[in-house]
Order: sequence, then structure tokens, then C-alpha cells
Amino acid sequence: MTSVDVAATRVVIEATRGEGTDRQRRFDVMRALLEKGYAVSASRTVPAADDDRVRVLRHADYANGPSALLATLDRAREQGGRPQGGAWKPWFPVIDYQRCTNCMQCLSFCLFDVYGVSADKTIEVRNQSNCKTDCPACSRVCPEVAIMFPKYRHGPINGEEVHADDIRREAMRVDISALLGGDIYAALRDRSAKATSRFSKERDDARALKERQTCLVALQKALDVPAEVLASLPTSDEIRARAAAAMARAREATGE
Amino acid sequence: MAARILYCHCAYARVVPPETKDAVLDGLACAEAEFEAVPDLCEMAARKDPRLAELAAGEPLRIAACYPRAVKWLFASAGVNIEGKAAVILNMRTEPAERVLEGLLHDER
Repeated sequence: MTSVDVAATRVVIEATRGEGTDRQRRFDVMRALLEKGYAVSASRTVPAADDDRVRVLRHADYANGPSALLATLDRAREQGGRPQGGAWKPWFPVIDYQRCTNCMQCLSFCLFDVYGVSADKTIEVRNQSNCKTDCPACSRVCPEVAIMFPKYRHGPINGEEVHADDIRREAMRVDISALLGGDIYAALRDRSAKATSRFSKERDDARALKERQTCLVALQKALDVPAEVLASLPTSDEIRARAAAAMARAREATGE
Repeated sequence: MAARILYCHCAYARVVPPETKDAVLDGLACAEAEFEAVPDLCEMAARKDPRLAELAAGEPLRIAACYPRAVKWLFASAGVNIEGKAAVILNMRTEPAERVLEGLLHDER
């Protein structure tokens, strides 16, 4: 038999290999269920009847294709207040703790509070859904290539094994300091001080905007950051405040 | 002891070739093997779905998904350690469906 897991509900269908059209329909229904976010499990033991956890799915339920079945399951899911499958593309960093040195660069770098520090002062991914879809920037700044995005196109960020060449290559991209001409936080502070001084004499919003754009384009190219992420960046003041908070947390965690 | 088979459909991204996913899923169904097929392991890991621990419990585990390093640490991110379970992870991003099925089913055939 085959069963379908719908969070609290499991739907079970007769498991025969099937031949010809029946085999195709069985395959179609399994694929359609998976595409819509329902888990399917195949087992040789069949529950005797439906209950609040298990719904037995008969041949007649899918003999005419998966549409009617999916409509029924979707209704149940909606009534149960469970999220529709695919409502969120699961894009978030996964840490390889065999590589991670707990340096907290990712925590300091991420502006969206994806990272946190556990009670034992270890870096952790805390707010997965804060992560910006298709943005792998934090993995680019990881000096140990310890951060993966399993749905990323290229290795080693997608989880491919890491080779020495990868570490050298990533290290070149990683050098945000070089990219921005020195320590990023010192640079931000300096920019802030200079900006305050300059703006007091000659406030030039257009020039500031142009500088910001130039800097963002460089970041976008170096880190493969989607344009939408840059568009959603906080204001300069918010960035400074968040960066300061992140640095404080990182310093506290590393005991510096 | 028969291995438990887990198949990830990676439903919310286009990084696994669809023809490979289809061939593996069809091959499992045709073999009349017991298996668990999930829409997306990443999503389950993000939700810390307790079913991950159930899936990893007991028998040796054979997984058809993506890169082994990613799969291992996805489970770990949900608090499930599969390292000591003699887990075999087959990569549908790079391996042909025949090789994945051979790895999943060699005890069943």
C-alpha cells in the first residue's frame, strides 16, 4: 500500500505495482501529491480503516487522475489551518559544523537576523524564513566554506565536497574588507563620520546615492546577491545599528 | 535488516533533473518496495519536522536526494543525527537514475 502524509493526516492507498494505465495513474498521483507538498509513503501493511490520522486511499480515488483527490486533500489542509505546500521556497543556510570554526562572520554579515548564538555560544541558524531567497552572500563570506544552500546552483555552496581550490577561490571573493577598502565596520564608521562632516558643509544626496549604488553593484557581483535583496536592504542607519548589535553578540559569544 | 528508503522530490526548486526524479520515483513504485517519499527535505528540516527523526530511526537508511554533505547537515539542523545509522545518500543531482535505483534497491532485487 501507499500512504500519504498530510501533516496530522496520513492517506493510504492500495499498493500494487499496477500495469499499463493503472501503473501510469499511480505514478501520476504520487508525483502530483509530492508536487503539492504531501508526503507519500509506500508500505506493505494497510490500515484496516480511516481514522483521524490515517485516510485509506482506494483505487477509485485516483482512477480518474489526481485532480479530485488533490482538491479533497487541499480542502482538508485548509480547514486544518496547515500551510499550502510551496508557499515558501525553503531557502536558508545549512551549517557544516565539521568545517565551521564559530568565527561569527556570518552572524556579523547577515543583515536579516538569520543567525543567532546558542546557549553554548555556538553559531546557529535561528530564523530560516528571514533568509532572502536565492541569496548566498553569507556563504561567500564564510572563510571555511562551511555554509551551504542546498538549492544553490554551484558547488561547494550547494553541498558538494569542499576542495582546497574552493577554499582559495572563496577566500578571494570573501575578502569584503578588500572590496570595501578595509575593515567593513571601521569603513562604515569612517564613512559615517566623513558623511556627517561633509554633509554639514555640502549636503549632496545625489552623490551619496551614487556612491551607495556603486558599492552595491560591487557587492552584488562579488557575492551573487539577487537585485531584490539589495532592494530590500535596510537604510544606512539601520545597517549600522544592526551591524553594531551583531558585532556585540559575536564578540560576546567568542569572548573577545 | 532491510533498509528504509527515503526519496526527496525537491519539489520547490529546479536543481534536480526532473527526468531523474521521475525515473527514480517510478522505479521505486514498480519495484513494490516500501519507501517514504517527501516533497522537500529542506522544508522539513526548516520546520524541524518530527517525522525526520521517525524516518531516521531504526533500520539503516538509504536516501535519494542531493549532495550527501548537504543532506547530512540538513538532518542535523533539525536535530537528527544520521551519521551513526549507516546512511547511504544517493545524489540525484549528479547520478543517473539507474545508479540511484541500484543503490536504493539492491537488497530488494
